[in-house]
Amino acid sequence: MLSPYRVIDLADDRGIFCGRVLADLGAEVIKVEPPAGDPARRIGPFHHDEPGVENSLFWQLYAANKKSAALDIEADAARDALRRLIGSADFLVESFRPGYLDDLGLGYDDVGALNPALVYVSITPFGQDGPYRGFAATDLTGSALSGFAYLTGDPDRPPLRVSVPQFWTLGGAAGAAGAMTAHAHRLHTGRGQHVDVSCQQALTRTLSHAPQFWDMNEIILKRSGPFRPIGDGRNLRVNFECADGYVNYIQPGGATGGRGMAALCEWMDEHGEGHPLLNETDFGAYGFGQLPDDVLDAMSETLEAFFRSRTKRYLSEEAIKRRVLLFPVNDPADVCSYPQLAARGFFRETEGPDGGTMTTLGPWVKSSERPLQLRRAPRLGEHTEEVLTSVGLSPDEIADLRASGAAR
Amino acid sequence: MTQPSAQPFEGLRVLDFCWVVIGPMTTRYFSDFGAEVLRVESSLRPDVIRHGLPFAEGKPGTNRSGYWANYNSGKLGLGLNMGDERARHLAFRLATEWADVVTENFTPGTMERWGLGYDALRQRNPGLVMFSASMLGRGGPYDSQPGFGPVLTALSGHTNFTGWPDRVPVSPYGAYTDFLIPHIAFAAVCAALDHKRRTGQGQYLDLSQLEAALYFAGPPVLDYLANGRIQTRNGNHDPDMTPHAVYRCDGNDRWCAIACPTDAEWRALAEAIGRPELADDPGLATLEGRKQREAELDAAIEAWTITRSPDEVMQACQAADVPAGAVRDCRDLFDDPQEAHRGHFVFMDHPEMGRYASDANCFQLSEAAPEYRRAPLLGEHTEYVMRELLGMPEDEYRALSDDGVFQ
Repeated sequence: MLSPYRVIDLADDRGIFCGRVLADLGAEVIKVEPPAGDPARRIGPFHHDEPGVENSLFWQLYAANKKSAALDIEADAARDALRRLIGSADFLVESFRPGYLDDLGLGYDDVGALNPALVYVSITPFGQDGPYRGFAATDLTGSALSGFAYLTGDPDRPPLRVSVPQFWTLGGAAGAAGAMTAHAHRLHTGRGQHVDVSCQQALTRTLSHAPQFWDMNEIILKRSGPFRPIGDGRNLRVNFECADGYVNYIQPGGATGGRGMAALCEWMDEHGEGHPLLNETDFGAYGFGQLPDDVLDAMSETLEAFFRSRTKRYLSEEAIKRRVLLFPVNDPADVCSYPQLAARGFFRETEGPDGGTMTTLGPWVKSSERPLQLRRAPRLGEHTEEVLTSVGLSPDEIADLRASGAAR
Repeated sequence: MTQPSAQPFEGLRVLDFCWVVIGPMTTRYFSDFGAEVLRVESSLRPDVIRHGLPFAEGKPGTNRSGYWANYNSGKLGLGLNMGDERARHLAFRLATEWADVVTENFTPGTMERWGLGYDALRQRNPGLVMFSASMLGRGGPYDSQPGFGPVLTALSGHTNFTGWPDRVPVSPYGAYTDFLIPHIAFAAVCAALDHKRRTGQGQYLDLSQLEAALYFAGPPVLDYLANGRIQTRNGNHDPDMTPHAVYRCDGNDRWCAIACPTDAEWRALAEAIGRPELADDPGLATLEGRKQREAELDAAIEAWTITRSPDEVMQACQAADVPAGAVRDCRDLFDDPQEAHRGHFVFMDHPEMGRYASDANCFQLSEAAPEYRRAPLLGEHTEYVMRELLGMPEDEYRALSDDGVFQ
């Protein structure tokens, strides 16, 4: 879909997902990385647990579909080559600390003069200016400042992040949205512009209606563990222990919830494990959060006992048949064997870093006309020569860059 | 900002059947940046979050939900009772005579039953870009399994990866994955529009929310596939950083996150908390050494944070170039100086709700500013759409309206 467009991707592990999204959609994405390799290449775990610049699974995932040109942008000679590349590009993506690229003469003002049609995307924790502009940040500190952590975790323990980092991945996704918005604008104006992403804002936008609760009702929502707050300080359990892990069951209000709960009651009754109060309650008549306390108590006790003695596979497959809104809490192995993903052919084989094959995630959207491609992540400097040749560097010039260590 | 000549999506027409969060958040990008977005709804079966908390002044009402309003700013409200054949015909006309883009996220099969499936629409509008999102994607054994946003965090692994190893996992708040996917879903629709602009060819995009969500929890899946390892939640611990925790501060439920990505930040932190002897302790000079004594270090750090406010802790750490972030609750977010600098909360005036806060976009453009307009009342623009966009005579509009076609 985006095959006419070239993207210079200077983003390291922090903004890496943006270029991946654009590459998936068909753009030529050239990852310009240091000759020693992008920091993302050092993030474990590694393919077959063997560390090495080609083996990071994080890199394999988020650099797929990209090309690699290894250039030391802090070296003058390589920077000249980079300027030519930028002159040939439609987009540039970067995730350095604000000011770093300006100091190298590669800030938006410099580069925009060189290529006025360029869309220049900066992905940083807090944006290009403001009081936190220079703040150091990690996934954890970003989760705190965005409001995410306060809402997440058990009430008697500290606020939490997700153990799989979210802050930068989400910022990268938002960068792709910004890039395409600026591109649409360019079609009207003929000019590019600077897209300034704040990961803090991106994560704040995941808080659902929680900020509105403060704005409209002056209520500060709090973390509630495996429960879901349903108003008046009451909670409904949503994550349950089962025989071999956990399952998720959310009792919603209204007709859908009524049908699902009636089916669950019938299922428990068949095993002689139901509860009379639940059987005689018309769940469809209650909105979400309106269930009486005695019904809530009976639900907790009955459901906990029923789920605890059964496996997540049994429970979730039976739930599908009975149209009960119960789902497994998948661990990575469960994800890989989830029948729906297999039926859609989601997992794909690509070439692995060792020359064999590896299995990875397939495309995240299906297109009727231009199916998304999946190529393995590039080896370090795999496309340096191709890319530099495309902007007119001679073999001698490329050899000189390599000899000086400014390219690989 | 220089004078914009047009909004990025000026002239673009979107017929939006999306509901709940993931779809409306995706299409809000278009309404924020100049497109005309018709939000199709029915008062007979309103979008579930039209009745989602919170309500302005705590008073329920179809046009009073702040949750709904946040994802529907600037759209036009079109009422159509899709149970009526005449309404379905009008929707078909809008999709084939008016729209550049049709979007929906109903259970698979719903649009087809209304005669609005992609195959039917493209016969009459070959340049149409149609976007469908569903929980688990089309085809496959579970494609019509009922469900809604919050359960996807269980399926994608986000739930299993949130919590403490000795306890039942918790979930990220709300329908978490619904707020991740719109950014890339929107990028895909834009790419399809660019393809159409250049080739004249429309297309159908089918997004499985589960599949897209896995890109936000992907590395452990690859670890399992490559190495057979089953990673799990680990509180706030990190395999590559110590110290790395959320520390209790002075006040009620007040906290600050601190992380030391390298040895240098660890030494700077030890100095900042007034424990230079720890900075000099050779046993703590490496990550491995610190991991072995993590509990001891966390106690030393918390002894310092507990007498200070989260902001004091954050500022002292940042002055030493140590990553730190005060834990903001939802009230704090409205006072956070950086969110304020970015104008994160946008306040709009609404005829029923009064003044309410909405989220701004998380990127800013140097040459274009989004135009944030309040969310529509249900069916507010039906007459405009019928009379102006479809050229319907007034008496026909009245007659259909009296028959309940626009309910």
